[in-house]
Amino acid sequence: MNMSKIVRAAAHLLFPAILVYGFYIVVHGHLTPGGGFQGGAVIATGFVLLYVAFSYQRLQEWFRLDAFKNAEALGLLLFIVTALVALGLGATFFYNWMANTGGLFGTPVPFGPNPGYLNTAGTIPIMNIAVGVEVLGAMSVILFYMLRGIKGGDE
Amino acid sequence: MYLNLPFIGAGLLMLIGIAIILMRKNLVKMIMGLSIVEAGVNLFLVASGYVDGGIPPIFTAAGDTVMVYPTVQAMTLTNIVIGIATTALLLSFVIIVYRRYGTADVDGMRRLRG
Amino acid sequence: MRKIVSVVVLLVLAVGFLVSGNMLDFGNPAESGMDAYMLANGQVQTGGNNIVTDVVFDYRGFDTLGEATVLFTAVLGVGLVFRRIRNKQEEEYEYE
Repeated sequence: MNMSKIVRAAAHLLFPAILVYGFYIVVHGHLTPGGGFQGGAVIATGFVLLYVAFSYQRLQEWFRLDAFKNAEALGLLLFIVTALVALGLGATFFYNWMANTGGLFGTPVPFGPNPGYLNTAGTIPIMNIAVGVEVLGAMSVILFYMLRGIKGGDE
Repeated sequence: MYLNLPFIGAGLLMLIGIAIILMRKNLVKMIMGLSIVEAGVNLFLVASGYVDGGIPPIFTAAGDTVMVYPTVQAMTLTNIVIGIATTALLLSFVIIVYRRYGTADVDGMRRLRG
Repeated sequence: MRKIVSVVVLLVLAVGFLVSGNMLDFGNPAESGMDAYMLANGQVQTGGNNIVTDVVFDYRGFDTLGEATVLFTAVLGVGLVFRRIRNKQEEEYEYE
């Protein structure tokens, strides 16, 4: 018992667009409204769309559960390591040790409205990406466990 | 001019949520009522930081007016994520209780099995 | 009996929420030195245009660490509830 051909074709077409949109919200978190948590929730919505259009067995063929568990743990680990490096450099915990230097993400910004440059804001884009990966993994793991726990696993 | 409408709306949402928790016997409906209470709390938090005639606190292509306060918006973000975690755990407990007792009604779970 | 008590509680809560909600001043919050400092210095010190993301990840980063841990703990709890017991004949869950 499948959904109709239109629904399946539209899910195939919309899924990459949702992924790109979610990653855009995550990476531009320091310039536009958004950030790690909001973008991770949007990406998890893409996986929910795939579950609604296809059945749970097809979803188990495409994605393994271990990949999402690893992604979630990796995201939290990257977040904590970025905060601990500041402790190793002599400053306090969670100090922004990459802002206003010259290297990666380190361009200084003058006060006032500006069109928004991506190369600024120090450790904030790295923390955004870490939290985005963690929220995507967490939402997908919760979804998969609950679907597996219901007897039968479909609908 | 706004007559405190966001605060009254947040109070009404909290009241409706508490009424659902008190008056319904199905477990899933009680969880929905808790979700409505959390929505009311988030609305109250965001509305308490508004400054008259303010714009969002983002400097990308912004105008020249006063900005609203950003700290309460950070608190609301944290509160939303905590609401997700609470609701996920509550729903999985409801699945286990349904599998054990055969019903999701509060009155059918009064037995203590020895 | 249960209905009467719940109606009385709801009435008391309704009076409490709506009267005190009306007494607040929408649009004129109290003067806050912390928010004024963050709006004036947030863009130059951290380098990000979005002040809310600056507050969440730089000035109040420790709260975000706690929030990420809460999310992780919720996933641990859901995985613990739906685990599979291995030494049975078929794949079953507890309390079956």
